[in-house]
Amino acid sequence: MLNKYPLWKYLMLIFIICAGFLYALPNLYGEDPALQISGLRGVQLEATDLDKVKGELDKAGLAYQSAGLVNNQVEVRFADTEEQLKAKEALNHAYGENYIIALNLTPATPQWLADLNANPMKLGLDLRGGVHFLMEVDMSVAIKKNQEETVSSFRTDLREEKIRYARIGEFGNGVKVEFKSEEDLTNAKRALKKKHGDLTFDDSTDEGFFLTALMGEQKVKEIKESSLQQNITIIRNRVNAIGVAEPVVMRQGSDRIVVELPGVQDTAQAKRILGATATLEFRMVDQNGDPYAAQSGRVPAGSELYYRRDNGQPVLLKRRVMLTGDHIIDAASSFDEYGSPQVNIDLDSKGGSIFSRATKDAIGKPMATLFIEYKPTGKRDKDGNPVFKKVADVISVATIQARLGSSFRITGAGSPQEAHDLALLLKAGALIAPIQIVEERTVGPSLGQENIDLGMQAIQWGFLGVLLFMVAWYKGFGMVANLALGLNLVLIVGVMSMIPGATLTLPGMAGIVLTVGMAVDANVLIFERIREELRDGRGPQQAIHHGYDSAFSTIADANITTFIAAVILYAVGTGPIKGFAVTLAIGIATSMFTAIVGTRAVINLAYGGRNVKKLSI
Amino acid sequence: MLAVNFKTIAFMSARKIAMAFSALLMIASLASLAVNKLNFGLDFTGGTLIEVGFEQSAELKGIRAVLDENGFDDAVVQHFGSSSEVLIRLEPREGAKAAEIGDSVLKALRKADQGEVDMRRIEFVGPNVGKELTEQGGLAMLTALICILIYVAFRFEWRFALGSVSALAHDVLLTLGLFSILGLEFDLTVLAAVLAVIGYSLNDTIVVSDRIRENFRKLRKGGPEEIINISLTQTLSRTMITSVTTILVLLALFFKGGALIHGFATALLFGVFVGTYSSIYVASSIALSLGISKEDLIPTVVEKEGADQESLI
Repeated sequence: MLNKYPLWKYLMLIFIICAGFLYALPNLYGEDPALQISGLRGVQLEATDLDKVKGELDKAGLAYQSAGLVNNQVEVRFADTEEQLKAKEALNHAYGENYIIALNLTPATPQWLADLNANPMKLGLDLRGGVHFLMEVDMSVAIKKNQEETVSSFRTDLREEKIRYARIGEFGNGVKVEFKSEEDLTNAKRALKKKHGDLTFDDSTDEGFFLTALMGEQKVKEIKESSLQQNITIIRNRVNAIGVAEPVVMRQGSDRIVVELPGVQDTAQAKRILGATATLEFRMVDQNGDPYAAQSGRVPAGSELYYRRDNGQPVLLKRRVMLTGDHIIDAASSFDEYGSPQVNIDLDSKGGSIFSRATKDAIGKPMATLFIEYKPTGKRDKDGNPVFKKVADVISVATIQARLGSSFRITGAGSPQEAHDLALLLKAGALIAPIQIVEERTVGPSLGQENIDLGMQAIQWGFLGVLLFMVAWYKGFGMVANLALGLNLVLIVGVMSMIPGATLTLPGMAGIVLTVGMAVDANVLIFERIREELRDGRGPQQAIHHGYDSAFSTIADANITTFIAAVILYAVGTGPIKGFAVTLAIGIATSMFTAIVGTRAVINLAYGGRNVKKLSI
Repeated sequence: MLAVNFKTIAFMSARKIAMAFSALLMIASLASLAVNKLNFGLDFTGGTLIEVGFEQSAELKGIRAVLDENGFDDAVVQHFGSSSEVLIRLEPREGAKAAEIGDSVLKALRKADQGEVDMRRIEFVGPNVGKELTEQGGLAMLTALICILIYVAFRFEWRFALGSVSALAHDVLLTLGLFSILGLEFDLTVLAAVLAVIGYSLNDTIVVSDRIRENFRKLRKGGPEEIINISLTQTLSRTMITSVTTILVLLALFFKGGALIHGFATALLFGVFVGTYSSIYVASSIALSLGISKEDLIPTVVEKEGADQESLI
């Protein structure tokens, strides 16, 4: 029988329509202004913290819609942004020191929808406002640091082997050593080769006795890779400190990092923090002063009062800095002989000699490791520059057992995780300088909202124009096509909301508008075929059947080629082009489905299996 | 097959004139691209762009003076969208502080007595990033064209593939030419639009080629030119309707979509016209000139596909 669909096809269609509506639904609910409160340095919040926040809000007389623990963070929702801002101020005032308090927009999706994993579409920064940075890591510095390290370790190795050399220095992406005799050269080559398997050695006796040691490609790649990872780690830490909800920090290519901070308007502040340096200082403990007396103001001259990070106890440190973190070239966490976490630190040669001189006469005395960070206060000076506060706390106090050289360890970092983080921070602390912002895009919140409004208006007007035109041209069949077009829009929104990586951007919205215009093409092709068949004298049922049949391969060919274009755009393009490609590809898939299967189902229901005299086309 | 019961429009008789016309337009586009070049936007050139909103309509002269005083004498200042919104563009600068320029311009504007200044958008792109983007954009376009060429050659025939890819190259070149002649800014969204033009034009060309192939197999009599004319006439109403609906939404985008999306809408509006024209006069003309004939299309086994279509629809 012609133009009859089996039951399973209707069921499938109904299922897909329902799923489409269900997953598109969260977009109607919008978002609630909220505050997201998380602990410093990854501290997990508990029910007591939630009660504290609630109490503080009640005390300030601020009304909130709901408050709860989500992923070990406290989340408080408000009715409007005014209340949200007031609450942030109040909480900041109460305990800004111990928590990170971030403004956030939380989807107001009802729980039953959220349980089905139905969430609203992610909006790009051009639609919700915020800042996008592209940062480049200067790899030449990373390589240079490694070279310096090799030079100093060659020096030590040669000294240990008692081989004399004339000169040593950096060369290419490696090290070059000059010897006085060929014998020294061969001995050195043998000794160094054993210790530095990852270097390629080459000797030359043409003009003097030279030994060159170069890094292989693999080694260079490893250095670049680890530098990038370290930088991503430290930037992620900094971003967390700014207190941004849903930040994005990810690598792009071999030496770039993308940072996206939704909702952040103050780019100067963001840049300062991302560029700020965390560092260490090593200082001697002032054993003569009384730290408890110093707390009440009596700090001895030449000393400063600090507090320990682990137990909050006061410590008096000498003002004079023995060594700063600039000289650190490597840091790694491990365990000491008692199983406590420790951080092994390697210094450059200059740092090594400073340190060895400074610790020579201090054996048996306590030395403190001071960790220093620069944090934003949220205040501004009269020029509008954000004010930063130097935050320093003592992470370890250890007795110097022996004269320390270029390689030593510090204990007292706390848990193994903290030791690990500290090692990363220290390494990155020295590397953070050569990060450069190569691209910045900031979109104000008003412009973001405007973009959404304008995009929605364009979609509405374009949609309306196409609807009217199709009805005027194809009458009844035009109505069916319009139905399919509407469903197509719902499906695009539904699929966009379902795919985790899909983000709606302004060009993406333009892509949806374009899809609306082009989606009717499949129906136009089919309807024109049906008209042709009718003109050629076929009956209505035959015309519908052949119309759909003969249009199918055309539609498939045309859409597959466009789909190829969309896939290539996604693969090769960046940013806005990717956003456009995603909506285009989704639009092609959904429009093929709705225009072919969707309209056929409706037309079959209306005309199929009956004696129809005339089609409304 | 029934007789063709409508009046065939003799499209192909005008093909020599059309090809000459196309050639002329392409030469004009190339010449303009060589002389005027493209007015590349910030995405490609690098530099800084700041969009600010004022409470009332803004006095450009005053803003220029303020910027001049603060050392931004190369600033291009213009209204954007409305008279109270101003766009400031600065050349790329050397040095690590380049990323801070946006903030210092904003600070200068806030200090100067111009009323409340609302930061709407700051974009900074380093010069190297821009260069990479240009290369990437060109590469994207080229890869797209080659993949499409392969698909069409595989699915149809090499003469069609060459015809449709020529039509695409023609459309892209003319769209770029239009932007060059009018001096419109060419940014990333416009690049996306040009790629969408490829998609649209291709859609059109495939529909026409598909019908030509079908008619070559179905119609017993008639030379290649006649068959192409019949096919074009048959697809004409579909071509027009799809163009009309697409143009309708593009007009909505152009008038309602805001200033940021103007370039995108302009490129696509023009692209739809050119794409419709080229599927008739470039793709089909080239396939015909290359000597497409019945024999080229009949032996293929693609016909088989029709047999199992029932289950697909």
